[in-house]
Amino acid sequence: MLFFSYFKELVGKEVTVELKNDLAIRGILHSVDQYLNIKLENTRVVDQDKYPHMEIRLFPWKVQKPELSVRNCFIRGSVVRYVQLPPDGVDIDILHDATRREARGG
Amino acid sequence: MATGPGLESLVDQLISVITNDGRNIVGYLKGFDQATNIILDESHERVYSTREGVQQLVLGLYIIRGDNISVIGEVDDELDSKLPLSELRAHPLKPVIH
Repeated sequence: MLFFSYFKELVGKEVTVELKNDLAIRGILHSVDQYLNIKLENTRVVDQDKYPHMEIRLFPWKVQKPELSVRNCFIRGSVVRYVQLPPDGVDIDILHDATRREARGG
Repeated sequence: MATGPGLESLVDQLISVITNDGRNIVGYLKGFDQATNIILDESHERVYSTREGVQQLVLGLYIIRGDNISVIGEVDDELDSKLPLSELRAHPLKPVIH
């Protein structure tokens, strides 16, 4: 539950989610659930040169109208490899305390 | 748990699903459950290749097991219909490796 609570704190911040198929999607964290499924808003694919097709597939309107990229996407928690956080996205002291509390069993 | 990223807002909308094996299936979301199993209506698969334009394979009514789903994207119906699919070239996506 620690990470679920932690991600809930990050809602509204910009994160980059790297998937297990090497694709990275950047966007504003809209919501997260107990499975760590993630919903992003305002999404764009990082490294478009390497993955132009993904952009076209998921966000086809970008081909003609890049300004219309404001869209949501749902990412299943099981395919997430990393979530890259904003530099100010973590309060280390609070996370330390929470981690120790969890390790003691609540 | 009420604020979780459910798919309620996407029901009856056109969505683009990327599966774990790298396929892209587009259709109207009719239903879903806790495990992200989804029901798609009027669905078709878009097969990308570098040699020719996008091929569309008609699938019809489909159920996709949640285990096999990577990403679900919201598609703008109108702009999608203007997409020049026959001119699009792209490498197929990599599969997910757990």
